[in-house]
Order: sequence, then C-alpha cells, then structure tokens
Amino acid sequence: MSRTLITGNAAAAWAARLARVDYVPAFPITPQTEIIETIAGWIEAGALDARMVTLESEHSMVTAAGAAAATGVRVFTATSSQGLLYGLEMIYTVAGWRAPFVLVNVSRGLAAPVTLEPDHNDVLAARDSGFLQLHAATAQEVLDLGLLAYRVGEDERVRLPAIVNLDGFYLSFTREPVRIPDPAEVDGFLPPFESGGLGFRASRPVSEAVAVLGGGPYSYFRYEIHAAARNALGVFEEAAADFEARFGRRYAPVETYRADDAEVVFVMMGCFATKAKAAVDQLRDAGQAVGLVRPRMLRPFPGEALRTALRGRRAAAVIDQNLSLGFGGVLYGELAANLCGLSDAPILASFIGGLGGRDIPPSEFYAIAEAARDAADAGAPPEPRLLYTDAELREMRRLQGIAAAERSERPEARR
Amino acid sequence: MYRVRFHGRGGQGMKTASRILGSAFFRSGFEVQDAPRYGAERRGAPMFAYVRAARREIHERGVITRPDLVVVADDSLTASPAAGTTTGLDEHTVLLIASTETTRTWQDRLRHRGPTLALPIDPADSASLRFVGAACAAAAAQLVGVIAASDFEAALRDELAPLGEPAATQNLELGRATWRRFEPHAGLVREGPDAVASISERPDWIDLPFDAARIATPAIHGAATSVEVRTGLWRTLRPVIDEARCRHCTWICSTLCPDGAIEVRADGGPRIDLDHCKGCMVCMAVCPSHAIESIPEATADAHAPEELQP
Repeated sequence: MSRTLITGNAAAAWAARLARVDYVPAFPITPQTEIIETIAGWIEAGALDARMVTLESEHSMVTAAGAAAATGVRVFTATSSQGLLYGLEMIYTVAGWRAPFVLVNVSRGLAAPVTLEPDHNDVLAARDSGFLQLHAATAQEVLDLGLLAYRVGEDERVRLPAIVNLDGFYLSFTREPVRIPDPAEVDGFLPPFESGGLGFRASRPVSEAVAVLGGGPYSYFRYEIHAAARNALGVFEEAAADFEARFGRRYAPVETYRADDAEVVFVMMGCFATKAKAAVDQLRDAGQAVGLVRPRMLRPFPGEALRTALRGRRAAAVIDQNLSLGFGGVLYGELAANLCGLSDAPILASFIGGLGGRDIPPSEFYAIAEAARDAADAGAPPEPRLLYTDAELREMRRLQGIAAAERSERPEARR
Repeated sequence: MYRVRFHGRGGQGMKTASRILGSAFFRSGFEVQDAPRYGAERRGAPMFAYVRAARREIHERGVITRPDLVVVADDSLTASPAAGTTTGLDEHTVLLIASTETTRTWQDRLRHRGPTLALPIDPADSASLRFVGAACAAAAAQLVGVIAASDFEAALRDELAPLGEPAATQNLELGRATWRRFEPHAGLVREGPDAVASISERPDWIDLPFDAARIATPAIHGAATSVEVRTGLWRTLRPVIDEARCRHCTWICSTLCPDGAIEVRADGGPRIDLDHCKGCMVCMAVCPSHAIESIPEATADAHAPEELQP
C-alpha cells in the first residue's frame, strides 16, 4: 500500500470505487463535480462496473439514490451546498425508507450572498434527517470514512443512509498523500450489500413512505429511525476496530490530539481542525497545555465520548464553522446540552469562524486559547465571538463606499 | 517547511505546475500538499496555486500567506493588486517572474526586498509561451535545491501523461532547458519558519456593528458594471479575423461568444471587442469558414493595444 497524492474529491471517488458501487445518480455542482467526473472516467475506462445517470436535479438525484438502494444495490452520490438543500425534502424522506447509501457532501457556504468556499451550514441542514453524518479532516479520512459509512449504514442494526462531509477547496481540491487500500482487502472489510427484506423490484411494486394518520403510528416510525441512528454508535466502533485490524488506521468517533493533559482544548469539526493541530503544536512549544477534540461523527451524536474527552478540562473553546442565525454555533449548543449538569464540565467559550472559507490564522487560534483560559480564570463563559477583524471591516466599508456611489449615480450618467 | 505560490491566468498551466512541483517533492521524500485556488473559473482569469512540502506531517492548510517562493507566469499580473502576487512577500521570499523583460528590469520595477529573478520568455519561440507551466515548475524545483533532476522529470511525466506523448515530451524538453538554466541558483529558496505562539501579534477583533438592511444586503445597484471590467486583459490568445475568408454569417460567432464580445458591423461583418474578449477561442472553433485564427497575445502587437487606450 504505497501512498499517492490525490485530492479530497478523488479520495471520495476512490471510496465509491473500492466499495464497488453499482449505481451513481449524479448532478454537477462546484466544488463537488470532480468526484463524479472521476467516477465517470473510471466507468468509461472499464475500471468500475457501475451505472451512472445524470438526473435533472438534486431532488431527483436523492430520490433515485434512495429508490435504487431500496432494490438492494450499492449506491453512491455526491453534492454540495445549494444542491444538498435542493434535495433536502428527499434527504429526509429516503432516511425514512431505511435505504442505506453514501452521499458525499462537499461543504460550501449557502446563499445569500452566493459563495464557493466552505462552511458547514449546508451539511448541518441535514443534521436532523436521519442520515448518519461523518466529517473528514484529511483526504485519507474521506476515503476511509466513505468505506466505514457503507459498512455501518448497511448493517441490519442500522439500515440508514450516511453523509460523509469534506470541506470545499481546503480539502476538496487539495492533494495530500493517501494510502489507497488494496481492493481485495476492502472486499474483506466490506462484503456485497445484503439488503435482506428491502427487495424493491420493478415487477413487484412497493409503496415506500405511505401516509399515516395519527401521531401514534407516525411516532413509531420516527422513533425507530432514531433507535437505528443511536445503534450506529456501537456499530461504528465495531467497524472501526475491524478497519484498524485490517488497515492499521484507527477512527474513533471523536479524535483527540495532545489532549490528555490539556487544560484548554479547541473543539471543532472538518479540515480546519488540522489548522488547530498546527496551533496546538505551536502553543505547546510556548509551554501552554492546549489540545484538540474533534468529533468525526456528528450524527449519531457521540455524547459519551465527548464527555469523556472534555470532563476535567478548565476550558473548551468551541469553534463553529457554521452559524445558526439568531442562535449561534451549532456544535457549541450541542456541547452545552451534552455537558449540562456535570460538576467537572469545562467552561465553554463559543467562537464562530471560517464562514465562506474565511481563514483562521494561527494568531487567532492563540487568542482563542487565551480567551478560553481567561474565561476559566473568571469562572464564567464569555460572550460568543464572531471572528472578524478591524481590517476586514475597513475593507468591507471600502466596498460599501463603491456600492453607495453606484446607488447615488443616475443610470443614464453611466456609460 | 517549503511554501511556494504560483500565480498565473486560467489556462497557463499553473495548477499543473504546482502539481509537478508537489509530485517532485513527494518523490524526494517530502510530505506534500498542493492545491489551486480560483474564483471566476474562466480561462484567462487571475488564479494561483500553492505547494507546501515538509519532512513531517503537514497540518497547515489553505492559502499560503508567507511564501518562500512566488512564481508569476504572466508578468501583467504584477500590475493587478487583485491578483495578489506580492501578498506576504518579505526579504526572505524569492520572486520569479516569467517575462520577456530582464531580471534587472523587474528588480527596478517591483523593488522587492528579496531575490528577484526573471524566467526568460522568447516571443519568437511559441514553446516558451505554451509550456510556461513546465518551465515554471522546473525553475521552482531547481530553486528549492532539494529535488533530484530524475524526480523532477518523473513528476513532470506523471502529471502530463493525460496530454499524450508529443506534448509531454515538448514540455519535458523545455523543463530540462529551464532546469539547466537555473542550476546556478539551486538552493536559493530556503524553508520558512513556522508560526511561533509566543511572539504572535494579537488579532484586531471587533464587534461588528448593526447596519440597516439597505446597507447590509448584498445588492448591486449600478447596472452594467461588467462593462467597466476590462476582461480583455485576461486574454492569453487573441482571435484575428481573416476578412478575405469571412462570409459575414456573423450571427454564429456573435451568438456563441460566451461574453457577448462580438458585435455586428454596419456592413454585416463581425467586430471583436478586445476590451472584453477573454480569448476563449470559442469563435475560432465554431467559425464555419475557418476565418478566425489565434495568435499569442504576448506577440499580438508591440504598440499599445486597443484595450489599453484611454
């Protein structure tokens, strides 16, 4: 297993190829398109025996993915941002069909205004859908979590679709060294999908997702999805142990980095967390006991693992690359609920950063760690901070000056 | 860690150059990260790509703000602040500019405090324009001084394999010539230091003020602003109409021009608006009478081109 330089997008395509997927419903959107282009190239060249169909929208794409998975074939699809939202009605619906497949989302900020660069508001819109949700931080993880997602989602104790998320540009278009596993070894880890009772056939009509009237039947079906998602925690741990035995790479639902003796930890998801690792190393060099806690798995929520990682710390700086408008950071809110009532819970300090790909430079990580430590000294959480600098506002005011001049000019005065 | 940034225009091969350098570092035993960054995703638009290489796992990610080497494939970018060619340069940074002008000219013009070198472009030799990416990659690989020639050549062959054999070989020849030319400068680029927490400046964080919705809405009030943007400056190839062959079926080229940069003259023939033509050459591809050819923009004319006139 030698290492190869490939992008995060190519790693996602490799997960589909090694999983020997049968069917790939597709629709293009930046920054995801490279994934389906790569798969299309392999199908064309005969390297992957699969059927790719380009649909007319993400809504149809997710429907096709769910319907195909319900026939018992292995399905892969991918989207991003506005595309995920366009398919969102069916994201919620196909989870209720209990049809397992893998959807890779390449995170990109949502309109308005339109942007191309990443944050997590897109994938968090699917947070409550019943899809399992895994967040990769490196290209290697994109590939490996893709394989784990099939194994866990197809397990009869789970039977749910899964989203594997990677960040646009910072990971999707970034090449890194990746170990591409041997196909035969992957076959041992991930045998063909045994759909059991699903068995939807053209000659044998089945109506999925019928209407139920009355809260009792409705609640039954929704509680069952919840129970299946909760089962995925244990099933993931089992699968990850088998994966480690076969491939030597360990994937806990929550990654910790230099956190064992840390007084202050950063908590964040996705590939910006590798920037936090660099800051942790630099802060350790400066004599500060700082670490990183990174949930790889957001759904099901790994509450116990996060409590174990965070108890006894003086402070946790939660850096959300998302903003629940009118509330604050989503991960911050979930962690606050998760730690509520524990006597040895850390002080939580909330930071919002990285929206639309806004960089978080090392100096901000240092200042975040300092603010978290100050909060621990004061014994009270600080006001949430939206990372923004005076220089950024001055640049914004310059742009607004241009806009204001345009507004005041009469159209006929322009050339 | 080595941090290298390549600046160019979409279509000049800077993404490929970054991949060649990245693969060459990787073959030489380095951990590597390389990535392109572009906004408009159009041929001719300013873009950049970057490479990090270190002998340990790389945790840094995203755009390089403190480069050890900056390579500029198109010298017209140095006049465009938005292209960001000089962002984060200090006396430690080596600046390499592909240009028909001399090293001395660029030293005087840019007054960069660090080493400045020109990568010679010969206007009479179309290969030096077409394969500028291979030349930039070769110069960069030589300047860092830790990559063997065999690793560079293997990396170039790997990355250019999709182009087919003749193009790969032509690129390799220019790459080899550039590699030899820059031998005297091997090792000029030095690894930059990592950020240090104890001497960091504090971020100038502010609490964002509330603005009225009429201010805080991403709206454009001035119409037809795209006319103001001289996208003709992005052009690396210029379409030229052979009036003797043109049959004045002007609706074809003018309709299919993605930028609406071809208008119909009074006599029914086409006129190309060089202020806004980006040089995508769709018109050349669709012209039924093959009356449109392309010439390299750099050699289009020595006197002031139309788009530079006031």
